[in-house]
Amino acid sequence: MELKQVGVLGAGNIGSGVVTDLVLHGLSVVAVDISDEILQRAQHDVLNNIRLAPLVSKTLPRITKEEAVARMVLTTDLRDVAPCDFVIENVTEDWDIKKRVYENLERVMRPEVCFGANTSCLSITKIAGATKRPAKVVGMHLMNPVWLKPTVEVIRGVHTSDQTIDTLLQLLSRLDKEAIVVEDMPGFVSNRISHLFMNEAAFVLQDQVSTAEKIDAIFKKCFGHKMGPLETADLIGLDTVMRSLDVLYESFQDPKYRCCPLLRRLVDAGHLGRKTGKGFYVYPEV
Amino acid sequence: MTQVQARDEAGIKDAVRRFIATSMNGAHVDDDANLFESGIVNSLFAIQLMTFIEKTFAIEVEADDLDIENLKSLNATTAFVLRKSGQRPQ
Repeated sequence: MELKQVGVLGAGNIGSGVVTDLVLHGLSVVAVDISDEILQRAQHDVLNNIRLAPLVSKTLPRITKEEAVARMVLTTDLRDVAPCDFVIENVTEDWDIKKRVYENLERVMRPEVCFGANTSCLSITKIAGATKRPAKVVGMHLMNPVWLKPTVEVIRGVHTSDQTIDTLLQLLSRLDKEAIVVEDMPGFVSNRISHLFMNEAAFVLQDQVSTAEKIDAIFKKCFGHKMGPLETADLIGLDTVMRSLDVLYESFQDPKYRCCPLLRRLVDAGHLGRKTGKGFYVYPEV
Repeated sequence: MTQVQARDEAGIKDAVRRFIATSMNGAHVDDDANLFESGIVNSLFAIQLMTFIEKTFAIEVEADDLDIENLKSLNATTAFVLRKSGQRPQ
């Protein structure tokens, strides 16, 4: 099946990046979220990304604002994704919410349509269990900012078929992205390891071993990472990091994933990182 | 955010310096240091810096302006704002 129109569920930080990427590469999008306010912000972010994309990438396609607007439908009604050929789900990393979304999606979509679950930690096999098409559910862990990242961690659930993997690879190819396919365990490869770094960095800060700046500097200057664990957590969103740690803790029942109290306190205070202007660091208003 | 007309070179540079410093968690940056080659900021920062410039100095960025060279350093960014607002660097 040729993929012409893609449904995107969740139009927050990652969802806006997904819409940017799809629209830039000529695909039509139906983006769904729970409020008009979120959708308006998403449209603003997508159009700003598209307008300024040539600043950061010479290889991304260039399109006009009018072309971008014509390729986007923004809606609060899940039923509007029914004509889509593929669905990328990016809703909040909360099992109860995801489960409800997939149950509703199952009722709306044609049986042959594949679902790409963009999750940082939840088991793809568990997500697939909320549908009647487990062979057509595949994990796709997209990195932020989605439209600038060339590689995607693709997760094969227990029931995911080869045909579904091929369909996703076809879509990623349209986006000029490479896939690294791994098997399904909570956190997969990337987040099972990266969240230990971020959480332990928060413990190191909490224990006053060092400052946030120095902790991140060790990773950048000694290990050669592009970003340190605390600034990465701020970029992802501390609420998302906390929820992912909670999922890993519940899934493995291993205390190494218990969330650092400092991280939880920042979330309780509404200091969620870049998106709120304050997390482990303070950010200027943009 | 308060929107202001582009001011004198020193005022522009000061505002941009504060934005860069806050974004880099207070780190000091030399006026001519290349922000992107040194890896001290990521590509997303270029989008944030351009958005900040547009809003703060009430200038409109056009397609021809979308060159990372315009934002590569504090001095380059200041010169870009001056040029877009019809002023010349002193």
